[in-house]
Amino acid sequence: MEIVRFIIDNLDIIGARAIEHISIVFLAVGIAVATAVPIGIAITQSKSTADTVLYLASMMITVPSIALFGLMIPLLSPIGHGIGYVPAVVAVVLYSQLPIIRNTYTAITNVDPALREAAKGMGMSTWQRLRQVEIPLAIPVIMAGVRTAVVMNIGVTAIAAYIGAGGLGTFISRGISQSDPRQLVTGALAVSLLAIAADLFLALVQRLLTSRGIQGDVTQ
Amino acid sequence: MSAPAILTTPPQERRRPALAPVLVLVVLAGAVAWLWSSGMAEEILTYSDDISYLAVQHLELVAWAGGLAILTAVPVGIVLSRPAFRAISEAAMQVFNIGSTVPTLAILALSMTLLGIGTVPAVFGLWAATLLPIVRNTYAGLRAVPPHLVEAATGMGMTPRQVLWRVELPNALFVIFGGIRTALAICVGSAPLVFLIGAGGLGELIFTGIALDELPMMMAGAIPTALIAVLVDFVFGQIQYHLVPRGINPLR
Amino acid sequence: MIRLENLTKHFGPAHNPFVAVDNVNLDLPTGEICVLLGPSGCGKTTTMKMINRLIQPTSGKVFIDGKDTGTVDAIELRRSIGYVIQQIGLFPNKTIEENICVVPDLLGWDRRKSRMRAKELLELVGLQPDLFLKRYPKELSGGQQQRVGVLRALAADPPVMLMDEPFGAIDPINREVIQEEFLKMQKTIRKTIIFVSHDLDEAVKMADRIAIFRGGKLEQYATPDDLLARPANSFIEDFLGSDRALKRLRLIPVRNAMQTDFITVQNSDSVESALERMRSSGSAAAFVLDAEGVPQSLLSAQVAGARSGAVADHAEPVKGAVPVSGDLRHAVSLMFAHDMPLLPCVDEGGRLAGVMSYRSIVHNLGHGETA
Repeated sequence: MEIVRFIIDNLDIIGARAIEHISIVFLAVGIAVATAVPIGIAITQSKSTADTVLYLASMMITVPSIALFGLMIPLLSPIGHGIGYVPAVVAVVLYSQLPIIRNTYTAITNVDPALREAAKGMGMSTWQRLRQVEIPLAIPVIMAGVRTAVVMNIGVTAIAAYIGAGGLGTFISRGISQSDPRQLVTGALAVSLLAIAADLFLALVQRLLTSRGIQGDVTQ
Repeated sequence: MSAPAILTTPPQERRRPALAPVLVLVVLAGAVAWLWSSGMAEEILTYSDDISYLAVQHLELVAWAGGLAILTAVPVGIVLSRPAFRAISEAAMQVFNIGSTVPTLAILALSMTLLGIGTVPAVFGLWAATLLPIVRNTYAGLRAVPPHLVEAATGMGMTPRQVLWRVELPNALFVIFGGIRTALAICVGSAPLVFLIGAGGLGELIFTGIALDELPMMMAGAIPTALIAVLVDFVFGQIQYHLVPRGINPLR
Repeated sequence: MIRLENLTKHFGPAHNPFVAVDNVNLDLPTGEICVLLGPSGCGKTTTMKMINRLIQPTSGKVFIDGKDTGTVDAIELRRSIGYVIQQIGLFPNKTIEENICVVPDLLGWDRRKSRMRAKELLELVGLQPDLFLKRYPKELSGGQQQRVGVLRALAADPPVMLMDEPFGAIDPINREVIQEEFLKMQKTIRKTIIFVSHDLDEAVKMADRIAIFRGGKLEQYATPDDLLARPANSFIEDFLGSDRALKRLRLIPVRNAMQTDFITVQNSDSVESALERMRSSGSAAAFVLDAEGVPQSLLSAQVAGARSGAVADHAEPVKGAVPVSGDLRHAVSLMFAHDMPLLPCVDEGGRLAGVMSYRSIVHNLGHGETA
């Protein structure tokens, strides 16, 4: 009851923190899409490059986020952003690479060779083939990667409160340091609901972006 | 929480090519060289006692949480895949899928609210965060066993228990292992956070270092934490590679 | 017209290449279908793909209507050549209309014109446009998808088409139907077509000319009848099979093989007089016709020689007749089915136009063999 009262009294702050949280994830995943999708497409040209890139990206993602934040402090301090918003965004960009690169790569390499052959035989250029055939077919899987990245990084961003990036994690960090279960539960619930809502919302976007002709083929 | 709900998809693509480890070694060597030349390494090494004590604590927490998660999640996945539970299993998986989007920090916070501070809420929180990928992969792996294999086994006169042990589990092993590996990555990735609820571990050096703006202390926590995470994943990758028979191991 | 000149393709290292296609020369007149035939790995598909440069020739040239295609940009070249593949390859993310319009769109046609064209083409193969234009490939049956695959290749009205085992993925019954349909369409569109197949029956049915490949070499290039009648070497003979003479039956029209010097008699005539007329004209049988000229019954010389009386008492009823537009396979099948060593051949009105006998069939098949 106490917690419900706290939430109602602090709706405006919760809203502001949520927007901070979303802005970090949104900006960073946006940047990640702009880098990872082209990388994912580019590495389809060479298996060994693809293996190398995917290996590095998967290693990157195993590094615990708080360790990554720590390791970035000496790297980003020289430009005056050792802690705060910038390292949070950088971390999210880095973590988003694997799911998006991997899904893009897998989706493009899984395009039926017959379709590629047909497209080529009818006189499509490489770019036309990508734009008209390969990317539209890969969209559901690429979007699944984006979705994974967003959900995962909502959690990462919560931890970024400890390096002063703000966001909903602030309630959790203050709740722990002040032994205040109201803030603790509020933060935990808000960040969980945000992750669930983002997941459902992106599932919807994924459906809208998928051609009706291939809907239901991809379940991921 | 760093790790990767995404590793739940069967990690076929996580290959071990020759070039990547070399690159990693070069970067590591560069980092080590920089640490020595800047004098940072010496400062970090003043924490060596703390590092070894906390690293052991860190690994113990991971082992408890991970071990308990495997022991509970695999049977749950098996039960859910049985025909008798088919009616509820899909709904249950939906709930689990939603559950697995909940960030670990939130799980730990809720665990602390329920159980207070210390090792027990920490292990409980890590266990809860580790559980779902294993359940999900066990279930999915068993459901993906081709029905004709089960039919053939049944037709040869195997009991349902024999079908499970001799046909279904061996054929689902790769996917189940994939889930365990993902789950452990999440568990190891979340382990530094348990310091926040009073369970120690290498997170102690990282969080304290950040709070005190004490860079060497922070690095003394961050570097081993990262290395442990990468090593655990590597070791389980090897185990998965060698333990799962070649006939059903897409990596071999 | 398509002309292949010393066309050659090597794969692998230059010092030790695998010769996939070895110095192939071939001329195909405009409006004809050439089937490239042979076992898998014989170089037929590679040869075809060098025509639209999906595979770059190692040496040699391809001319289309006298123009060296090596001088044309590969992508432009492909847009001017229709292409149908075995896996059909309809783009699942595009509707049927969008699929058909791929090449017109690439060529920058006016949208209204290309959509109109899609509609016309669907009508051509009996798929209702308002029902199919907006559907996606997965909503079509295999046969319908294959038809759309062919239409897509025809959309920009290219003079030349390449078809890579286009009907290979379809069940045998539908394949027959689509082959017939396509041949009928080809009568009006008159495309110059290179058609890859590994199925001899399909080749015999579809081809104006057949090119048989082995180990990258063109072993024989001939019309189907010629090929079956005079295989150039023992490899081709084996490839064609021991029943190749039977395959020729389909290629010979009844019109060309029937004897037209039949004689007709009345029911009231005597058997002796009928026999007399047969002997003097060398015919093996005499037919009794009705007022319209439709054969009713026949009296064979063999029967007539052993009997006496009126024709009506001894003539056997006609149980079947082959239309003159049919082929010898049809005729033989009717002869076997009705146990009629002498089969009347009839025109569109059912009127007697000629007679088919075992001997005339053997004569026609043998004729090719020895000539």
